[in-house]
Amino acid sequence: MARLAVIKTYKLYVGGAFPRSESGRTYQVRDEKGTLMANAALASRKDARNAVVAARAGFGRWSGATPYNRGQVLYRIAEMMEARRSELVDLIVSSRGLSAAQARSEVDASIDRVVHFAGWTDKLPAVFGGANAVSGPYFSYSAPEPCGVVAVAAPDESPLLPLVSVVLPALAAGNSVVVVASEADPCVAVTFAEILATSDVPAGVVNVLTGRHGEIMPWLASHADVDGLDLTGVPAAERQQLEVAAAQTVTRVHAPHRAPDFTATPGTARMRAFLETKTVWHPVGAVSLTGGSSY
Amino acid sequence: MNQENPTSMDIDLTYAPALESAAIGAIKPRYQMYLDGEFVDGRGDDIVSINPATLEPLTTISSASVEDVDRAVAAARKAFEGPWSRMGGAERGKYLFRIARAIAERSRELAVAESLDNGKPIRESRDFDVPTAAQHFFHHAGWADKLGHLGYGPAPRPLGVAGQVIPWNFPLLMAAWKIAPALAAGNTVVLKPAETTSVTALVLAEILADAGLPPGVVNILPGAGDIGSALVGHDGVDKVAFTGSTPVGKRIQSELAGTGRKLTLELGGKGANIVFADAAVDQAVEGIVNGVFFNQGQVCCAGSRLIVQESIADEFVERLKKRVETLRVGDPLDKNTDVGAVNSQMQFDKITQLSEVGADEGATAWTSSCPLPEKGWFVAPTIFTDATASMRIAREEIFGPVLTTLTFRTPEEALAKANNTPFGLSAGVWTEKGSRAMGMAAGLRAGVIWDNTFNRFDPTAAFGGYGESGFGREGGPSGLAAYLDTDDEGAR
Repeated sequence: MARLAVIKTYKLYVGGAFPRSESGRTYQVRDEKGTLMANAALASRKDARNAVVAARAGFGRWSGATPYNRGQVLYRIAEMMEARRSELVDLIVSSRGLSAAQARSEVDASIDRVVHFAGWTDKLPAVFGGANAVSGPYFSYSAPEPCGVVAVAAPDESPLLPLVSVVLPALAAGNSVVVVASEADPCVAVTFAEILATSDVPAGVVNVLTGRHGEIMPWLASHADVDGLDLTGVPAAERQQLEVAAAQTVTRVHAPHRAPDFTATPGTARMRAFLETKTVWHPVGAVSLTGGSSY
Repeated sequence: MNQENPTSMDIDLTYAPALESAAIGAIKPRYQMYLDGEFVDGRGDDIVSINPATLEPLTTISSASVEDVDRAVAAARKAFEGPWSRMGGAERGKYLFRIARAIAERSRELAVAESLDNGKPIRESRDFDVPTAAQHFFHHAGWADKLGHLGYGPAPRPLGVAGQVIPWNFPLLMAAWKIAPALAAGNTVVLKPAETTSVTALVLAEILADAGLPPGVVNILPGAGDIGSALVGHDGVDKVAFTGSTPVGKRIQSELAGTGRKLTLELGGKGANIVFADAAVDQAVEGIVNGVFFNQGQVCCAGSRLIVQESIADEFVERLKKRVETLRVGDPLDKNTDVGAVNSQMQFDKITQLSEVGADEGATAWTSSCPLPEKGWFVAPTIFTDATASMRIAREEIFGPVLTTLTFRTPEEALAKANNTPFGLSAGVWTEKGSRAMGMAAGLRAGVIWDNTFNRFDPTAAFGGYGESGFGREGGPSGLAAYLDTDDEGAR
């Protein structure tokens, strides 16, 4: 007799833990043939708020880490993805009905995307900041800083590469993230969360909610403690209402009007969307006025 | 010779007035809007601009109607598609260099006109507003043919027509901050100056016309909030830049929701100026004074919250009051004046009302005993002590010569108090310990941090806010990004 498989329940990822939805709700995930694949948590408004609280705590940990450390942690994600490569391929094959070769290509591109952004963390100030040649006796520099907690709607077009392509730039820039997974692919998103949980990513830095964009995003958009909003995964017709909500606390919004090609080499727009520029000034005294001994 | 004893107690130490001549401002009886290269009457009602120091009418401004906004946007579009976007960057830059030079040449006139129209001391308009405006054009002129070096790809493209709305606190300088980067990046402009301060923007229009700038590249439309609203909401505008209050900024962001139009906002602030016990006290006192009384405190990045270490608080505040007592409030055209007139009746009422609220909420108000002119919107410098973080005077932007004092014990407490605001535009730190200054600069959630100095500005240095102080920068490479299509994500 064939062995009865153990079916996995895919839960949320909030504050480094894997809770069920506080609402107790789940939804069924079916593969492309219509067979039940798994149950996933159907996140609620309360889950979204909990995720923002977790992300705020995570932001302190993450933005306070050195850029080198952040780069190493992001690279560790790639290492863990590589180790679970076949699991990711199988999930994509069964959920989307892609060929194994197509699924492998998506997983490989996703891993390489993580490596790409792991290399960005300690270069942002050099590329988007520097010394300011001010006309006065001051040392002045401008440097990018993360804007804070970023809420992201993951695009639906494929399960893994778009998710990685929207989450990693925000992370590389030093932000913490609350991402609402594609409704159709919670299994891949939660598997990615499990990879994050075993990749030295501090608790709360990434929080993954599964469920309906239409239900969760309005609460994230209007949340006063959300600093940035990435609407790439929201259809153009549904963006206006979310952007109006975001405006009530001057939340930064990234809503590209051109549909991104995630297979192309990424630019920097996604990181810049959630970076602030801080300018610091300090007087420069004449040497004779700065005290100390003279020869 | 029978000389008077110089140490006599009778000697009068007050300053004799040193008045700049109002005639140098060459204020015309009437100003027209600048549309498609012509000075024409707008179809809106005339605006009478009041001299805030005398309350006398200064001049009349022809204002725009909503249809004029349509005409201006169409002119800007035509100029964008016509000469301006086809012109090489080097040629564009040469126009900007010309403008910078012309501002310098008319600097004395502009300074006097600015002080007459805005109420700010001539020392500030002469030494800060006008030269910094010229510098802004000069700096951006050089970028026009070097956009490929900004870090946004080899040939970043302009956005098109920029709709810009500016405030009344630095009328000429804000026009320069908006127009210079927009033109350097290859955009065309429709700019609306503030209702109460259109004069220098329209003198700038004369400079643009004299510089031979092609018609329609810059259009300047005076008007009130309805014209600003029509401009930022106009379908023909590709980019919107607004400097002003946070409530209006939120409204604009809402209005533009879903349009995909690029928006930058430079909004309000409640800047913290943090003084540690080891600070050089005399310099810190000067810095606090400059931080909150510069331009009558009508500065979005004003250091309007003094957060002073408890161990020196009493002594520090006493020295501060002693210094503030010597500030001369009066005629903006007097070169000895430190604090001029606030810009309008509305602003005067708002400052007065919030100061009353401060006293009602239990803070202790101290006001300089300096004599105030009998006429004009003058406010005596005011310092609140015994304030708490929850009071309105500690949370809301007063935009006037009013300082609210809070105290702290540990650096952590200072950071927490400074960051306890939805705003995040500026902050100051006063300490002789370099590592602490850098640590505080790193921890403060604000776009501009001044260590042992305050209110420094330069076109090379990015300026802009965190949080509800807005988004986008002005100045430096990040300022130009606001006027370029910097979306470098591969598109299908």
